[in-house]
Amino acid sequence: MNRVVAGLTVRSLLGRRRVFLLLAPPMTLLLICGAIRSLGEEGAETSAHVLSRFALATVVSLVSLMAGTGAIGPEIEDGSITYLLAKPVNRFSVLLSKSFVALTVIVACTAVPVTLAGLVLAPSDARVALAFAAGATVAGIAYGTLFLLLAILSRHAVMIGLLYALIWESLVAGVAPGAQDLSVRQWALALTQHILGNQAAALDVKAAVPLTTGLVLLGLLTVGSTLIAGRALSGLRLSSHE
Amino acid sequence: MTSLELTGVSCWFGNVVAVNDVTMVIGPGVTGLLGPNGAGKSTLIHLMSGFLAPSTGTVTIDGTPTWRNPSVYRRLGLMPEREAMYDMVTGWQFVLANARLHNLPDPHTAARRALELVEMTSAQNRDIATYSKGMKQRIKMATALVHDPAVLLLDEPFNGMDPRQRLQLMALLRDLGENGRTILFSSHILEEVEQLATNIQVMVAGRHAASGDFREIRRLMTQRPHQFTVRSSDDRALAAGVIARGAASGVQLLAPAPGESLLQVQTGDFLSFVHLLPELASGLGIRLLEVSPADESLESVFSYLVNQ
Repeated sequence: MNRVVAGLTVRSLLGRRRVFLLLAPPMTLLLICGAIRSLGEEGAETSAHVLSRFALATVVSLVSLMAGTGAIGPEIEDGSITYLLAKPVNRFSVLLSKSFVALTVIVACTAVPVTLAGLVLAPSDARVALAFAAGATVAGIAYGTLFLLLAILSRHAVMIGLLYALIWESLVAGVAPGAQDLSVRQWALALTQHILGNQAAALDVKAAVPLTTGLVLLGLLTVGSTLIAGRALSGLRLSSHE
Repeated sequence: MTSLELTGVSCWFGNVVAVNDVTMVIGPGVTGLLGPNGAGKSTLIHLMSGFLAPSTGTVTIDGTPTWRNPSVYRRLGLMPEREAMYDMVTGWQFVLANARLHNLPDPHTAARRALELVEMTSAQNRDIATYSKGMKQRIKMATALVHDPAVLLLDEPFNGMDPRQRLQLMALLRDLGENGRTILFSSHILEEVEQLATNIQVMVAGRHAASGDFREIRRLMTQRPHQFTVRSSDDRALAAGVIARGAASGVQLLAPAPGESLLQVQTGDFLSFVHLLPELASGLGIRLLEVSPADESLESVFSYLVNQ
């Protein structure tokens, strides 16, 4: 990993107002959980419901989209990536450095708030919080690498990512049985279900794919996206402003 | 001594041909890449700097291809046209980061030297976001120089600079060129190229229109007649003699002010005319006061090439 590239990525990703945008979805989750608790509706079932349908479906995908695209997209758009790439540095190393920063930010902005949200709603059942935190972590890593790849391939990565997160993950994969097999949320939910064990059925946590399938697909997406992104960055072409 | 070589290079984006069959060699010294907007200058610089692959042909530095070859950046410094940088860091932090990315043995000393060369040490601890356009250009120049490269590619380097900054940067580039660096800078402003470049490459509509010293370029354009302004002790008699000897295709007698006159002579054979005129004047007993080419400025050369 290249520490200079990582340092510049941290500064650009967390600078100005972008950090507030990154924190908005997890803060919304915590506010919602606080409101639910204040209404006396807390409990393990409520916690599982909120974390499955809101945290995993929306919060994780939005944070991953912002961090994944934000780690490289703006620099490609405005041309400042030139200063990183016009160097005798392996471009795959540049990509891995940016990925490391983006994924660290994603995990910090998803797994931690999801854990806190789970404990707010079910303070006596930490297992629910940790199970969904694990699911949020693997989902965030897979989403993050995918959106980082999108940012290299397309200037419309944010739009494409939003369509994927809001329409595919939240809508289509939620109702169409066949589409659920291609849902990162379902793959991550398989890990959550496994950690919950016998409690999963009582909490109505059921993934559309078995654990092994979910983990393999998460791994393939993460590694595949990273490799393709490295290759794409090696052949990045800058357009002229003429 | 390092040279950049483009051989039969074309580059197209869909149906748009940005660069069309360009062959040129950029050697040590300062070369100006001149052309109007949309001529393909930035595309050429992106090709030379490894940020575009040629659709056909080859682009090399001392025989090494620039595309997909990060090792060339040890010898190459690039100053991009676009203004965007990492605005959230200071000038010092940014130049130091560039030095570290080059794996220089003493990045702090290199960064300090680069900032001194571009006279940005007094503002180095301010965020880049607070810099004026000219200051940002100088920081960009510092990042290109920090690793002491043999080749410098500068895309519109004088954009946004005030006259003093421009002169200072020109002096710096002149020194570097005289010390054997290979420097290519692009510009659409004739005066910049005229003042700095020892060699000129002209791009028009994606094609390599001309190359060399601008006076040589002008003389090679035999299709277009040369224009001269001539003042003498007897312009009328000289005009008659020039026409009688067939030394010119046209002569115009002008009166720029009361009591003054001059000749505008048009000739297709530059060499014959410059040899014949003194002999003719001497034979007629006419004293030549001024003989100057009326169209050897870079502007007229450039206009002619663009309008062809």
